[in-house]
Amino acid sequence: MKLKIVLCFLVLSAPPVFAQATDTPLLIGGCQGCHGVSGQGGQGIPSIKANHSRDEFMALMRSFSANERPATIMGRISRGYSPEQTALLAAHYARPQ
Amino acid sequence: MALSRRAFFAAAAMPAALAAPRLAHAQAGAGRVVIIGGGFGGASAARFARDNFPALDVTLIERSRTFTTCPYGNLVLAGRRDMNSITFGYEKLAARGVRVVHQSVVAVDAAAKQVRLADGAQVPYDRLIMSPGIDLRWGAIEGYDEAASERMPHGWVPSLQPISLLRRQLEAMPDGGRFVMVIPDNPFRCPPGPYERISMVAEYLKRAKPRSKLIALDAKNGFSKQPLFQDAWEELYPGIIQWRGASNDGRVTRVNAAAMEVETEFGEKLKGDVVNVIPPQMAAKIARDAGLANQSGWCPIKPATLESTQVEGIHVLGDATIAAPMPKSGFVASSHAKHAVACIAASLAGRAPPAATFFNTCYSHVGADYGISIVGVFRPGPTGFAEVEGSGGVSPRNAALTAERRKEQRQLEALYADGWYDSITDEMFG
Repeated sequence: MKLKIVLCFLVLSAPPVFAQATDTPLLIGGCQGCHGVSGQGGQGIPSIKANHSRDEFMALMRSFSANERPATIMGRISRGYSPEQTALLAAHYARPQ
Repeated sequence: MALSRRAFFAAAAMPAALAAPRLAHAQAGAGRVVIIGGGFGGASAARFARDNFPALDVTLIERSRTFTTCPYGNLVLAGRRDMNSITFGYEKLAARGVRVVHQSVVAVDAAAKQVRLADGAQVPYDRLIMSPGIDLRWGAIEGYDEAASERMPHGWVPSLQPISLLRRQLEAMPDGGRFVMVIPDNPFRCPPGPYERISMVAEYLKRAKPRSKLIALDAKNGFSKQPLFQDAWEELYPGIIQWRGASNDGRVTRVNAAAMEVETEFGEKLKGDVVNVIPPQMAAKIARDAGLANQSGWCPIKPATLESTQVEGIHVLGDATIAAPMPKSGFVASSHAKHAVACIAASLAGRAPPAATFFNTCYSHVGADYGISIVGVFRPGPTGFAEVEGSGGVSPRNAALTAERRKEQRQLEALYADGWYDSITDEMFG
């Protein structure tokens, strides 16, 4: 009985967690068009899959948006993301910690 | 029958819902999603739904068994690609659990929430996505109808006419011949497309028929990535291309297909050995018949969810929509698709729609190892859509780069264009 109550709570508490999980596929959708469905890259487009720690990923995106790193299009794109959105991307693409 | 198998699993999972929160959650958002149109918008929507929302039952209705992309059609025209390399089938989407139905849609009954097919079948839905694409406005340029387009190809809607027709005419053109292009006013599918086409035709002419000329007659005075294109034309194809905007009598109002002649607003008549007419456009018939288009011929949508403002319960994607400043591009259609699917999943689960961010990345090939791009990140604004401030824009101009950096930038963008094409088509059809 006790177990059932706990599980009920889990089910009820799922939506807020899921709300964020919905944002992530939408955000990575913007990356997939070039970097591939799983971020694997190809044709010279760099792989972004598990290549960086979260901190490194965040730092890389910051350096793109500040034009501190040579880029073709990533400077222009990275400035379209809020820091929160960049953090979601980092959480998705970074190496497991 | 993937559907009945899924339905079985869904039903079987129900009593176990408490013991399996993930399934229970998926169950809450279950529903039948029907997608009309299997292009960049529709195919992306089907794939995204299968990858991220397993509770959605997904049917994709597309009359053709294969899809030929508009992007990279200009490379076929230049002889750098073949038709096979830009044509895809729906088998892998079907293998991912999408029910693919190759039928024409006869009618959409939004009140009864069902779609009637040419074979008489009725397809019921809980949510409908329409990614209908465009039709050409026959007769908008006097004399330019479907019959005229056989002699003066448009090469703009692959399902109506393969780019290979224009390619054959270009190949048959004598050296020293004249290639005439007619380009429409905004809005139209693929804003940089005509200018990539000018570039690719010029590349072919320079290589194969160097005494030939290209004259582009444009119904407007400016175009996408204009300084980048014009810098490149001067650098790569000096003396081959003449582009004339509206204020230089570039607007073509009449054509005579039998005489292979076009006539401008102020009466100048020009003959071409090959004449490529890209006529004005509108949302495809299926969307207009469903009542989704307004008097402009295009479909107004709600920015937060991409639902039609004209007919409730239908999400409209891609080129058919009024979504400026987002361009009518394949990447934008794919971005629309993902957001519409996420909104549908949220709505079926009784949740608010997710916040919208839309993306565009659009490359143009200008020459061998010479690519340029425009990118954009967009959010819903108070009345329409707005580009995120400080983001987006086009590649830097030549003058802004050192010679070494310029070469590298153009080469990389040409390479990345190919990577973009492989990735986005793999996402849809792989």
